[in-house]
Amino acid sequence: MRKTQYFILFSSLSFFVSATFIDTNQVKVADRESFLDTIPSSFGYGRKATQAEIDRLDIDVRPDGKGLPKGEGISAKGKVIFESKCVACHGVGGIGGPNGSLVANKTPTDKRREKTIGNYWPYATTVFDYVRRAMPFNEPGSLSNEEVYHLTAYLLNANGIIDEKAVINAQTLPKVEMPAKNLFVPDDRKGGAEIR
Amino acid sequence: MKLDKIVEITQRYPEKLSRRKLLGGLATAAVAIVQTAKGQTIQKAVSENAIYEDPTKKFGTPAGEIGTRSPYVKSVKKLSDISSRSPLQDFYGIITPSDLHFERHHAGVPAIDPNKHELLIHGLVEKPLVFTVADLKRFPSVSRIAFIECSGNFRGGKDNLTPQEICGLTSQSEWTGVKLSTLFNEVGVKPNASWFLAEGGDAAVMTRSIPVKKGWEDSIIAYAQNGEPLRPEQGFPVRLFNPGWEGNTSVKWLRRIELSDAPYYTREETSKYTEPIKEGKYRIFSFDMDARSIITFPSFPQQVEKGWIEIRGLAWSGRGKVVKVEVSTDAGKNWQIAQLNDPILDKAHVQFRYLWQWKGEETEILSRVTDETGYTQPTLKQLFEARGSDGGYHMNPITAWQIKKDGKVFFKPETFK
Ligand code: HEC
Repeated sequence: MRKTQYFILFSSLSFFVSATFIDTNQVKVADRESFLDTIPSSFGYGRKATQAEIDRLDIDVRPDGKGLPKGEGISAKGKVIFESKCVACHGVGGIGGPNGSLVANKTPTDKRREKTIGNYWPYATTVFDYVRRAMPFNEPGSLSNEEVYHLTAYLLNANGIIDEKAVINAQTLPKVEMPAKNLFVPDDRKGGAEIR
Repeated sequence: MKLDKIVEITQRYPEKLSRRKLLGGLATAAVAIVQTAKGQTIQKAVSENAIYEDPTKKFGTPAGEIGTRSPYVKSVKKLSDISSRSPLQDFYGIITPSDLHFERHHAGVPAIDPNKHELLIHGLVEKPLVFTVADLKRFPSVSRIAFIECSGNFRGGKDNLTPQEICGLTSQSEWTGVKLSTLFNEVGVKPNASWFLAEGGDAAVMTRSIPVKKGWEDSIIAYAQNGEPLRPEQGFPVRLFNPGWEGNTSVKWLRRIELSDAPYYTREETSKYTEPIKEGKYRIFSFDMDARSIITFPSFPQQVEKGWIEIRGLAWSGRGKVVKVEVSTDAGKNWQIAQLNDPILDKAHVQFRYLWQWKGEETEILSRVTDETGYTQPTLKQLFEARGSDGGYHMNPITAWQIKKDGKVFFKPETFK
């Protein structure tokens, strides 16, 4: 008990002393600027990433095809994979499963059309990117690149976007024109008073 | 356990029963018994020994290693299939207790060992670098109190909704970390880099494209929240934090940033987090969270009494500071200026209050916020007029509460279709 009391007394005293010596209000603007200038151009923290490290993590795919791996796929093979690994959650033919349709239903029964790859996705590359990173939901990241190409071909074909025989690979996938390509506009709110 | 058995225990061994036990399961059992018991003596015995212990007559719980909530305080997040919502109606002040921060994740909360977690920054940079969590903590640090709101934060349609259910996907913390601009300098971001991809280390491997400009402006790579390391639900050990922007862009469990000269159009910025506007078009990359407010007291399912009522609520804007909150107590005919409690911070929840004398008339109470850009929170009707009536993300309408003659409060659902 006693020791603690001394300690508290001492520390509060020293705080008081230092506070009287360093008056932050006295620091001039010029000094602040020179303080900012002393921030080094490099701290030297972190280590250089090796190409192998980057390749291991760099799985993203852009609409222009950047990031697509080697390999190729066709719809018929994708259908087989879909029926074993996806159908339980996304429905037969990709329509009406408990976790959402992936294929645009030509004859929708609901008033509101379900948004799917066929009517709402602006780029085909997103199908490859998303399925590879996040699906199947219960076993994410378990598909080979080849399997993802097959599934991508299947989903595009089931949505009536590509031909049954079309081969999907790093060259052909970015060229696929999606029905929803022109559906989107960049944020049209400008800030300020206007309600948009 | 039988009634007389419990009574016997509480009479004979009151000291054997810890306070916690009494206040937990047993206390509720005892209370129920009191209500159904016939004998006077039994009621007395239970109440004196077990329930109404005089705290001034007994040494309390000794100092502990971790604090607790009073067992009388029951404040919990409300779960849905894919998220859990903050109990806005229970909050005081502007900070969300970390364990009540809303949750939205796309494949669960990952269990990450901070000693194994690293952040890779690469792409259009001079030096691709890998930072450990310890490395990130060595950089100059910043702290900022600001909200995170999911852009899908709107529910309506029925009158028995609480503030938590209507818009509990917003929460506020003090976030501490390193400015992303500091790391941009360290890796040497190239002049042609215009976007960056932020990627999480969860099972969704969540990705969003963010304009590089935001990173230079005010993005933080946060490792702490309200004075302690991030909670796992909030991205432990590191997350991106984009002040004022839709929550999904503040990618949690951040493992990688890639600088690029184009956006990626990931699934979360195309299939999701895009909203209908007019003429069959959809808005993409709508980052800013527009100003919003909600009265959190009185609200459903409370019942108020006649007399003075301090109407209280939260207001915020993703575009800057809140400058004004107005309250109407006559269903939107007249508006009065509410008091704003300090501190009023940039891109942060602010507390407002307005003193009102309720005389028992049936009415509706509403709040609307104006931010420093001059934007005033719209009605749902105005939003529908501007965007069409399909709803979707970024809905920030004025919320009205109906006050019934008996003082019961109900949400006012609105439809304009
Ligand atoms: C266990 C259930 C389950 C299985 C199996 C599954 N998915 Fe999914 N899938 C989901 C869930 C849940 C979502 C939504 C995830 C989210 O919103 O974050 C989803 C979303 C998707 C989406 C995005 C849909 C959209 O419109 O945004 C695609 C594409 C997809 N899955 C493809 C597949 C493919 C291909 C397979 C098989 C390899 C598969 N899924 C297997 C549950 C599953």
